[in-house]
Parts: sequence; structure tokens; C-alpha cells
Amino acid sequence: MVPTAHYVILSALLFTTGVVGVLVRRNPIIMFMSIELMLNSANLAFVAFARHLRSLDGQVFVFIVMAVAAAEVAVGLAIIVAIFRTRATIDVDELNVMKW
Amino acid sequence: MGELIAFVVLGAIAVAAGIAVVVVRNPVHSALFLVVNFFCLAVLFLVLSAEFVAALQVLVYAGAIMVLFLFVIMLLNVAGVFESQRDPLRSQRGLAVCLGLGLLAEVLAIAVSGAARLPSGGGTLPQDFGSPTLVGLLLYSQYVFPFEAVSVLLLIAMVGVVVLTKRSV
Amino acid sequence: MPFDVTELVIAIVKALVVFVALLSIVPVLIWMERKVIADIQIRIGPNRAGPFGLLQPLADAIKLIFKENIITQGADKVVYFFAPAVSMVPAIITFAVVPFGDTAHILGRKVLLQVADVNIGILYILALSSLGVYGIVLAGWSSNNKYSLLGGVRSSAQMISYELPLGLALVGPVLLSGSLSLREMINAQGRAGVWFIVPQFLAFAVYLISGFAETNRAPFDLPEAEQELTAGYHTEYSSFRFALFYMAEYVNMVTVGAVATTIFLGGWRGPFGNIVILQPVWFLVKLFAILYFFIWVRGTLPRLRYDKLMKLGWKVLLPLALLNLMVTATVKALAPQSAIPIMSVLSLVLVAIGVIALTIISARSTRTPASGLREPSAEGAFYTWES
Repeated sequence: MVPTAHYVILSALLFTTGVVGVLVRRNPIIMFMSIELMLNSANLAFVAFARHLRSLDGQVFVFIVMAVAAAEVAVGLAIIVAIFRTRATIDVDELNVMKW
Repeated sequence: MGELIAFVVLGAIAVAAGIAVVVVRNPVHSALFLVVNFFCLAVLFLVLSAEFVAALQVLVYAGAIMVLFLFVIMLLNVAGVFESQRDPLRSQRGLAVCLGLGLLAEVLAIAVSGAARLPSGGGTLPQDFGSPTLVGLLLYSQYVFPFEAVSVLLLIAMVGVVVLTKRSV
Repeated sequence: MPFDVTELVIAIVKALVVFVALLSIVPVLIWMERKVIADIQIRIGPNRAGPFGLLQPLADAIKLIFKENIITQGADKVVYFFAPAVSMVPAIITFAVVPFGDTAHILGRKVLLQVADVNIGILYILALSSLGVYGIVLAGWSSNNKYSLLGGVRSSAQMISYELPLGLALVGPVLLSGSLSLREMINAQGRAGVWFIVPQFLAFAVYLISGFAETNRAPFDLPEAEQELTAGYHTEYSSFRFALFYMAEYVNMVTVGAVATTIFLGGWRGPFGNIVILQPVWFLVKLFAILYFFIWVRGTLPRLRYDKLMKLGWKVLLPLALLNLMVTATVKALAPQSAIPIMSVLSLVLVAIGVIALTIISARSTRTPASGLREPSAEGAFYTWES
């Protein structure tokens, strides 16, 4: 059996990748994907701890995280589409005014 | 032993795919690497005896969320949108990577030092651990309030999306 | 758990048998489709290659394989290369959880006639069927052809929309049987003494209609509409890769049919069902009945317009599936023991109302022309739709 710590380390690696992605990339869609990466790494940690503690609470949390991620993606992509309609660009560095 | 092999292989693929998501230029390729990453995690969930969560992972993330991503990428790509080549804050990239590495060091330190103090759940894993029955029972008894809250959240998101994308009200 | 080599061998053999059977059903199905469509259109259909034209699919396959493999300029080669496989693989591995018989005793061992009995069976099927869209979307995108891209975008929208009623329709039978495992659902139908098509007729109808859309078949074949998109996502594909897409469509059809057979038509159950040899036969008979229905619908109904397709999915099928789910859940909560009889009565009433309504509507429409249709006018405009 692989120790839980290994899973947590894998989760940390994935989470950091996501963080760097959000910081480095300027395309909001890819930034969004990086956020999904972070959420998923959290899910991995939840599931690993659920097995470690012999308690299903962690898996229920994953369920809720997934639902929140779905809601977030739907709204986020809708915002991106709306921005694209008004500005014809979605580069986050171009979107530097509060009002258009 | 089998679990170790699965963990190493899947973990390596997952990390590689995760890095590819961030590095690759083409958004469609990014999305595909993210799907690979999700699949690896889904199989790891199976290894961790979380069958229900693994199925949901494929169903929700790979099946719905990433298809939505691809849909939007293609919708916007029709008009030829790409990331602008000049990055006004190019100098900050190195800084971002450094900060990321710092964060990684921090989290790893916590994980390694905390591993010793982690309380053990003890006992052997029940046969049906992670089955839809058990997760469902927990979800509808102890966690029924968060569950309902999530359903309200989804409803709000749905209304919000319709309002956001409707051209004229 | 000690590692058992025999179990492994049995599992591999079962997987191989299912795989080969699935791939050999495809040419039979192609032949059947061409023959049935020909009958509907009062043609003869394939009759040259082999007796009754039976070898026609084989001839087509050989022809396709020896054609030139074209890659368009500016195509995303890697994605273009993988897209056909991506559309094929989920369709095939869905079959892993479909039981085609009960337990057989072979050489003194109990062998489950199913590749894998998992307790998340239906979730597994839904998860994999939601992946089928990738092949089409990626093919459309990587071809570097605007028609293909339009086909891909259309199909992603269509499949996301119809996945919801498809999934929700399956929840009704899940509630009645109290399990997500397909084997357990067949057993529940055996215990109840009635196939779930009776108590869940509405769900069955919604499932089948959504199934047409999920497999991109007529009348929902907009992603590959010849007249509008010059065959949509697979315009640029030729040779073996096109053959893969072609096969994937039929394998998907078999998958949808097999799931419908298992969940709504009692799977391998039938007269003399305790004879193990007969069980796969019953399964195939029911499967081919559903596939015949698929072909029949294709030969009968014209393609839907895009907005009507979306309207049907979101405003008709989804509410119907939700209604079915609500009623089933309520009945199950109020009378857990007699849920199946009550639902059977309700769905018989529903069918009766439907038949009466259809009779009245068709009786009216024979007296006066349907309001949406105009007589052919002098300007030469035939049967134009008014919305």
C-alpha cells in the first residue's frame, strides 16, 4: 500500500503546476484549466485522506467540489464568451479597464 | 506492489500532463492534456477504492466540463483568437515560477513533516468502501444540507449563465 | 486476495469474445441497415457480393482500406491521427459491464457471462458515453476545414444537451431496482416479473430518442448532414480512419441498444431463460429488435432543423425525464414495496392517453391539411414550414 504522504506529495505537485499556470498564462481559458488542475489536486488529497482515515467524508467532499467546479466553469466560460463579444479579445492583459 | 507501480506510472503521467497544460501554446492541446490528467486521477481514485468518485470524475470532468471547454475554445477560435504574442509582464514570468517553486517547497515540507503526525484510521478497509451506496447514504444523511446548498448553487449558476450570454433581455 | 491465473485467463477470454462479437455484429448490422432501408424505399439493396449481398460490408471494408489516406494541409496531425481511435474506444469498452447471460458452469468453474460486474455499472456507461463526443469534436477541429469544425461544434452542443435526458431517463429504473449494477437490475426485473419497459415506458422513450441523438443517427444526424456540411466532421477522412468512424457509429448504436435491452427489456431473460445457452440468444434477439427500430426510424423520419433539435432536447425530453424521475421517486417513497405495479399502471394510463391523443390528432389532420403545411403554390414552393 502506497503511503498517504505520497499521494499528498503528488497532489502538491499538481497544485503548484496549476498555480504557476494561473500566474504565467494570459489566456483566461488556460488559466481556468489551471484552476481545474488545482481543484483536482485537492480532490486527490481528499480521496487519499478518506482512505487513510477509513472515513467516506473525504469522498463526499470531492462530490461537492465537483459540483462547485461545474458551476464555476459554466459561469466562467459564459463570462469569457460575453467578454469576447464586447471586446473581440480575451487576453487578460488587454482587459485592463473596469468599464467599456 | 501493484499499487506502487500504478501510483508511480499514473502520477508521472498526471504531472507531465499537468505541466503540458500550462506550457503548450494551443488551447485545444492544453484541454486534451488536462483530460489525460483527469483520467490519470480517475484511475488513481479507483486505486484508492473510491469507485463512485472515479466514475463521477470521468463523467463530470472529462465528459462535461472539458467538452464545454473545447466547445468554447472552438467557438472563439472560429474568429481566430489567440493569446497575444507580446506579454507586457514578461519579466514577471520568472518570478511566478520562483514563487510557484517556493509554494511547492512549502507544501512538500508540510506534507513530509505532517506525515509522521498523521493519525491512522486503523483497521482494514471495508469491502464496499467507496461504493455508491455508502457515499450516497452519507450524502443524504449527514451531508444533506451541503448537498442542498450545492443544488441551489447549480441553479444560480444556470440562471447566471443564461443571463450572461443572452444578447438582449 | 491470492492471485489466480485461471481467473485472469477467463477474464481475458471473456473480453476477447465480447470484442470479437461486437466487431462482427457491425458488418451484419451494416448489411441489415442497407437491406431494411432498401425495403423501406422499395429498392433491392445490396445483392451482388455473396448470397443476398451479405458480403457487401466486407467488400466495402476492403475498398476503404486500400484507398489513399489523405491528410489535409494545416491539419493538426497528432489529433487528426488519434480522433478516430478516440471515437472507437469508448464505444467498445462500454460493453465491459453489459451482461449477456447469467452464471455459466464451464469446466467446474462458475463463469459470469459478463466481462466485469461493477457496482457503478450505469455510471460507467454514462461516463463512457459522454466521452464519445471527443472523437467527433477533435476530428472536426483537427481537419482544418470549416465544415468539419461546424460539424464538431454542432455535435458537442447536441451531445451535451441530450446527455442530460439520457442520464435522467436511466435514473427511474435505477430507483425501481435499487442498484447501479446492470446484473442486479436484470435480477430486479426477474423478481418483479415484468420488464422495466412497462413501469418505465416514458423513460424508455426518452432514452431511445436521446440515444438516436447520442449516436448521431437520423433524424438527429446534424453533425454529419451531407447537404449542409458535406458530411461534417469526417469530410476530410478517408481510408482506414474513415472506416473507423463508420464502425464507431455502428458500435455506438449497438451499445445504446444493448443498454436499452439490459435496463428496459430484461437483458438475457426470456422463455426457458434458465438454460444458459439460450440467454445470449435472447439478448441478441432483443438487441436486434431495437436495432431494427433504429433503422426503421432512420428510414422514416426526416432530419430535424437545428433549433428544433435543441428545443426537443431541452423543452420536451428533459422535462419528461424529470417528470418521470419525480413520479417514480414519489411512488417509491410512498410505497416502496409496490412501486413497480403502481408505476406499471401509471405508464399504461400514459400510453393509453398517448394513443388516444394521437388518434384524435391524426383523424383531424386527415380532414384538414396540417396547419404547418401549405399546398404547393404556383410559384413552385413546395411544403414550406411556417414556424
